[in-house]
Amino acid sequence: MKIMTCPLNGPRNISEFVYGGQVKAMPDHQNVSDTDWAHHVFYEKNDVGIVLEWWMHSPSSFWFIAERHNATDEIIRTYPADQLFKQRVDFVANEGES
Amino acid sequence: MPFGLLKYGISNDYPFEKEADLPLPTELKRQYDVVIIGGGGHGVATAYYLAKYHGITNVAVLEKGYLGGGNTARNTAVIRSNYLTPEGVKFYSESVKLYENLSNEFDFNIMYSQRGQLTLAHTDATVRAFRQRAEVNKHFGGGTELIDPRDVAELVPTLNLNPANLPVLAGLWHKDGATARHDAVAWGYARGATQCGVELHQVTEVTDVLVSNGRVTGVKTTRGDVNAGVVIQAVAGHSALMAQKAGFPLPLVAYPLQAMVTLPVKPFLTPLVSSSALHCYVQQTSRGEMVIGGGSDPYPLYNSRASLPLKEGLISSAVEMFPFLSEMRLLRQWAGITDMTSDYSPIMGLSPVENYYIDAGWGTWGFKATPICGKTMAELVASGGKVPELIQPFELARFDRFKQVNEMGATAASH
Repeated sequence: MKIMTCPLNGPRNISEFVYGGQVKAMPDHQNVSDTDWAHHVFYEKNDVGIVLEWWMHSPSSFWFIAERHNATDEIIRTYPADQLFKQRVDFVANEGES
Repeated sequence: MPFGLLKYGISNDYPFEKEADLPLPTELKRQYDVVIIGGGGHGVATAYYLAKYHGITNVAVLEKGYLGGGNTARNTAVIRSNYLTPEGVKFYSESVKLYENLSNEFDFNIMYSQRGQLTLAHTDATVRAFRQRAEVNKHFGGGTELIDPRDVAELVPTLNLNPANLPVLAGLWHKDGATARHDAVAWGYARGATQCGVELHQVTEVTDVLVSNGRVTGVKTTRGDVNAGVVIQAVAGHSALMAQKAGFPLPLVAYPLQAMVTLPVKPFLTPLVSSSALHCYVQQTSRGEMVIGGGSDPYPLYNSRASLPLKEGLISSAVEMFPFLSEMRLLRQWAGITDMTSDYSPIMGLSPVENYYIDAGWGTWGFKATPICGKTMAELVASGGKVPELIQPFELARFDRFKQVNEMGATAASH
């Protein structure tokens, strides 16, 4: 059984977790070009090595960040998302756009 | 000829040595017109069509392991064209047509066996989606129809019609569905290509791609540098890593895909059977083994390791479909690395680097596309970079324009 440590619930079976994609820096959504936005949406870092990823502990719906090696599957560490994201991002639609 | 046989019986000469299927390895030259990275089905198929139909024979296929030893050997050998999008159906049905005649074309038996493929629907939503797939297929030339549970029971009498308490509501019956010996496909293409003068270099890893002024000039290999006018990458699971060597990213995520086979039993199952809700498919090979396959792993990994939870899940689904399978013994299990695109369609054609062509994003649908992929990639090279109409929808640039080909008929896609 593969174990992942949830920052909220402690070590649990990996089957209780859902993978949520790599952690990526969000471009400024108000001023970004279509191509750059497409890159943000569709492209991920593809090197072999340690990657930063979003994971969720499914029974408690708790989202957190994991550092994992994408070839050995070793989970280096996990921590709550607020260690990386200090600020809330609010999406506001532009005036006149629908 | 009995007398011929007798002659060999008393002679010391082994009769087939002089006509070996593949020529012995040669020196790697410093210059080729075309270098193909990856000696799997797609790579050698491209070389074959280039040499045989376009007269381009100064071609080297560079393979880091051995011929057809990657995903060509790891797929579950399903051939079908019952996809959802018009682009996908047109493309894959051309591939099925080429497969039908491949043994004759090679004069080499690929054990192509057209048994039909049956996908089961367990919800109303899936029945609706299947009806659409059947109509799209009929329109674009594939043989697919929606059938009711009675017909399903007639086609596959051994099937449990209520697997995991998910009653079978309908079936998508694809009579063109087939299987073949996957190794033989690679061998047939490699033999045909080398007979025309193509060089296949195994145990020759490409370590870097040489680009100058936005144009590819050659590759670095473990056996020295090679200059090339055109370079094609066809490296399946490691596509994104190879493209990075050429200097651009690909919108791919690598997931392991696991499968297994049981010990052989007498033939009892003709069609290839797949359940949309259980994410599991079962088929019997011509040798009698039961092949069990399903969806990709739940998270990305550049590793073809196997995991017990996924194997247990696959087996429990297979046993729900055919309960007597629980009595059988597993023979082998394995995994391959699939390069998944977000729209479940491949990435083919031009790249940001001039004369560097890509054949990637083959996820869980690469084997069935081998012939048409080789044919269209060869056309692309022979025409000097004019993308054939059939593969235009699969260009890399579609991601920048939000013009994805949403292929929800792929096995890995949820229905």
